[in-house]
Amino acid sequence: MIGARHNLAVASAARPEASAADAFLRITGLEKVYKTKDGSDVRALTAINLTVGQGAFVSVVGPSGCGKSTLLKILAGILDRTAGEIWMHGKTLSGPSRELGVVFQAPVLLPWRTVLENVMVPIEVQKRDRATFEAIARKYIHMVGLAGFEGKYPNELSGGMQQRVGICRALVHDPSILLMDEPFGALDAMTREYMNGELQRIWLESKKNIVLVTHSIPEAVYLADRVVVMTPRPGRIVDVIDVDLPRPRTLAMQNTPEFGRFVAAIRRHFNSEGILDV
Amino acid sequence: MARPTDKTLLQTVIDSPLLSLAVLVGFLGFWELAVIVLGIPKIVLPLPSSIAVSLWDGFASGLYLWHLAITFYEIMVGFLVGAASGLVIGFIVALSPLLERIFYPYVVAFQTIPKVAIAPIIVIWFGYGTASKIVITATIGFFPVLANTIVGLRAAPHDQLEMLTAYTATRWQLFRMVRLPQALPYIFVGLDVAIVLSVIGAIVGEFVGAKAGLGFLILQMNFNFDMAGTFAILLVLSAIGVGLHWMVNWAQRRVVFWMDSASDRTIGA
Repeated sequence: MIGARHNLAVASAARPEASAADAFLRITGLEKVYKTKDGSDVRALTAINLTVGQGAFVSVVGPSGCGKSTLLKILAGILDRTAGEIWMHGKTLSGPSRELGVVFQAPVLLPWRTVLENVMVPIEVQKRDRATFEAIARKYIHMVGLAGFEGKYPNELSGGMQQRVGICRALVHDPSILLMDEPFGALDAMTREYMNGELQRIWLESKKNIVLVTHSIPEAVYLADRVVVMTPRPGRIVDVIDVDLPRPRTLAMQNTPEFGRFVAAIRRHFNSEGILDV
Repeated sequence: MARPTDKTLLQTVIDSPLLSLAVLVGFLGFWELAVIVLGIPKIVLPLPSSIAVSLWDGFASGLYLWHLAITFYEIMVGFLVGAASGLVIGFIVALSPLLERIFYPYVVAFQTIPKVAIAPIIVIWFGYGTASKIVITATIGFFPVLANTIVGLRAAPHDQLEMLTAYTATRWQLFRMVRLPQALPYIFVGLDVAIVLSVIGAIVGEFVGAKAGLGFLILQMNFNFDMAGTFAILLVLSAIGVGLHWMVNWAQRRVVFWMDSASDRTIGA
C-alpha cells in the first residue's frame, strides 16, 4: 500500500498539467458502502484518490468485484457516493451531466426505437437540435460499420451490433467526457481490435477525456495514457501507471518488449493478490 | 431419403388448418346421431341441426339483431368505462406511492366482492335499462386493467432508467420514453382479459333484470324450453367474445410491435 501511494504521488506530480486547477478529474477520499438486505455493509470502494489531466485517456483495470463499474457509475452521476469529493472540470460532481457520454456493459437499447432513434436518445433528452445531430448520428453509425441498419430495430441486430449502437449513442452529442464500462466485452476479437483503433482515432482527433473500464490489461495499455490498477475486497487503487508509448499506437506495438513491460507491471499486482487469469 | 419439404400425407393432414374443422364436423355428426339413436328429448339436448335452424331464423327474422345491438352496446360502453378508469387510476396509483398506500387496499377489497352478488343492487340503483349493465360490465373490466397498468408501469428495467438518467433525463422523460412503452404489453394483457369479462358482465346484468339483450333472450327461451334457441344465442355470445379478443390482439400486435407473440405475458383477472 505504501508503494501504491508513492506511485500515485509520483504520477500526479510528474505531470504538470495534472495540477488541481486544470485537472479534468479529481477524486479525493472516495468511499462507497452498499447496504445489503440483511443490514450489513459491503465496502465497494475505499480511499480512492485520483487526479487526471485535461485530455487524458484513462483506463481502469481490475478483476470483477474490484468496484471499477461502481466507480464509473458514480462518475456518471447515477450512483451516490458515501464519502469523498469529486471534481470534474473544476466543478463538484452532483449528478448526471450533459458533458458526459456513457457506454454501458450491456447495450441498453430501447426495443421500440430504431437504431437511429436509439442513437438520438441523448439529443432528444437534452433537447438539442435534431437536424444538426442526426447527421452526426449517421456519421457514427457509418463509422461503427452499421450503415444501412439505421431503420432496423434492436431485435434484428446481433449483440455486438447492438453494443456498437450504444457506442454511437455515447458519442452523438459530442460530450467532452466519455465514460465506458467494458464497452467491447461483447464484441468478437477482430471487431474489438477495430473498435479499439477507432476509439484511439476519435480520442486523438477530439481530445475528449476518456475513462475506460476494462478487464483486459493489453486493451488498457494499448489505449490509455494512464492505467489505474484496482483490486477487490475492498475495491481500491493499488497503482497508477503512466503509459508513455508513442501515438498513434498500432496493433504491432503490442508485440514489443516495451508494451510487454507495461502489461507485466500491471499483471504483477494481480499475481501478488492471488488473482489469476486477468 | 425424403427432402425436408416432402411431406407425407399424414403430415399434410396434421398441418392443415382444416383438421380442427374436420374434428368439429365429426363431433357435431356424432352428437346429431347420438340424440336421434338414443332418443334424447329435445328439451334436454337439442339437435345441432335444429340449433343451426334457430340461429338462421333468429337472424333472418331480425329478432337477434335488436337484442345483439343492445348487448353489444352494453359490452362496449361498459368495457370502455371500466378500462378507462382502470388506466387512469392505475397511472395515478403507480406514480404516487402515497395514494397507493391510502386507496389500493380498498380497491383490492372491492375486487374480492363477486360482481354477481352486487349486480342486484346495481340494477336497483341504475334501473332495468342499459345503464345498470354498463355499470356492472365496467366494474368487472376495471380491475384487470388497473392491476396490469400498475405492474406494467413498474416493469421498466433498471438499466434503461439508469441509461436515460445518465443522459440527464427528467422524471417526465423517464415516464414518456421508458415507463409508458414498457407498460404497454401489460396494459394490453389487461385489456384482453377485460374485454372477455365484459361479455360476461353484460349477460350477468341482463340475467338479474332487463327488458332486452341476448341475456334477456336466453332467459325467455329457457322459460319456453327452447333449448335450440338458447344454444344458438350461446354461439352468438361466444362469437362476440372471440371477435373482441381478436380485435384487442390485432391492436396489440400493431402497438407493441417490438414484442413477438411467443413472449406474451398473461396476468389473470
